[in-house]
Amino acid sequence: MAETNWTTDQPIVSIKEVHKSFGALEVLKGVSLDVMKGEVICIIGPSGSGKSTLIRCINALNDIQSGSIKVEGLEVHDAHLDKLALRKKVGMVFQQYNLFPHKTALENVMMAPVLVLKEDKAEVEKRARALIAKVRLEGKEDSYPGELSGGQQQRVAIARSLAMQPDVMLFDEVTAALDPETVKEVLITIKDLAAEGMTCILVTHEMGFAREIADHIYFTDRGVIVEHGPPATFFKKAKDPRTQEFLSQIL
Amino acid sequence: MLETVQAFFRDLAETHPKWNFIFFYDPSQWDRVVTGLWVTIQLSVVCVILSVIIGLVGAWLQGSPIRPLRYLVAGYIQFFRNTPPLIQLLFFYFALGQFTPTYSPDGWLEVPWISNVGWAIISLSFFAGAFNVEIFRSGIEAVPDSTKEASEALGMSRLQTYIYVVMPLAFRVSLPALNNNLVNLVKTTTQAIAIAVPELLYQMVSIYNDYSTAQNAAMTVLFIVYIGLVGILVLGMNRWERSMRIPGYGA
Repeated sequence: MAETNWTTDQPIVSIKEVHKSFGALEVLKGVSLDVMKGEVICIIGPSGSGKSTLIRCINALNDIQSGSIKVEGLEVHDAHLDKLALRKKVGMVFQQYNLFPHKTALENVMMAPVLVLKEDKAEVEKRARALIAKVRLEGKEDSYPGELSGGQQQRVAIARSLAMQPDVMLFDEVTAALDPETVKEVLITIKDLAAEGMTCILVTHEMGFAREIADHIYFTDRGVIVEHGPPATFFKKAKDPRTQEFLSQIL
Repeated sequence: MLETVQAFFRDLAETHPKWNFIFFYDPSQWDRVVTGLWVTIQLSVVCVILSVIIGLVGAWLQGSPIRPLRYLVAGYIQFFRNTPPLIQLLFFYFALGQFTPTYSPDGWLEVPWISNVGWAIISLSFFAGAFNVEIFRSGIEAVPDSTKEASEALGMSRLQTYIYVVMPLAFRVSLPALNNNLVNLVKTTTQAIAIAVPELLYQMVSIYNDYSTAQNAAMTVLFIVYIGLVGILVLGMNRWERSMRIPGYGA
């Protein structure tokens, strides 16, 4: 694994002046933010403001044009980056769950540790069963994704990501595709995780949840961070008119 | 029992001279049918297996970053898909056959390394293989990018993603179309008669050339045998398809 001299008093994720374009369309126009270990941050903003792109850049699913993103001191967009080292540190959960439909819940959770980390199968299975219990899906180990509700699938996806024992979890609008009644079960799972001290970066439209769980909220619009702050001040005393307008529409 | 059957068909041939099932009472004609059927089965099995391998390798090469390789596969598909298989067969045997090396077992005879059976296998496998490449490619394209992305985010390599995620899903999508193409392949093996491969059609035609009264009988038996052969193949493929069905996934 790549050696870095990162220590826990430095930001675990450090984003500096990131610019990202899709062709002629500039999606991120100089975004900077720092996340400390154990922090939970929520990125909110209108659609098309670049929040999903930003989160995807953190684990190198998208590349960037300029700027720097570091995870535990690892330069994410260095051409010589050991991507595997990065992916061991960063877990990601997607809006559409993206489970492997031909594998059971248990197999989904076990797959990466066995194939990528080459861990002992019996060990991994023990951990996988514990994780499935943790996301409150005992008894669903042998169900296929197609047999589970959206909320259940999303919790399997969270367990699958946790099985790699990451240091940072990215959540990309993970409740946006869910039925209202299953949103809560996924949010509870994330809340448990945050309470255990997992570093979490969430892109979300759940304002109530963001207010409750986040240490820090970032509001993005048209590729820039317009405003940020701890939830208490952010929701009550937003200064920028764009933030005020967005919040007035949503709250 | 056997004698009763033989007697029945011998009587039938006498009372109805246009329906001389000679191979059902003349053991030497029966042998011709059996050897022909055996050659047909062998030819079909070998061509089915080879054409599937060609399809898998071709579909993999089509996704290659090396452009000349992709062009090569595209050219191969165009050639074999857009020309009649009978002409391919004749071309392989008569045109290419002239240039293949020969050996001499006794110092007098010149035996080509590739026999007419060999050319039939090569020609028919490449013919069906061209369609299989397209069939597998459409299956691979049906696997959503987001599923591959999830696999990437878990740290799996491109090859691991291909083997454990893309192929199992693509194969399931491809099966119905593959099924059709293999049925066609089995039927197309009869064209090997043109280069004197002693398969079932060849033997049957030989029989009714020798005994013109057996013509109707021979054709009737041909139809029945092919309905049976293709039926077995379709039954097997359907059973395979069912065994791979994922609960809650697809139709």
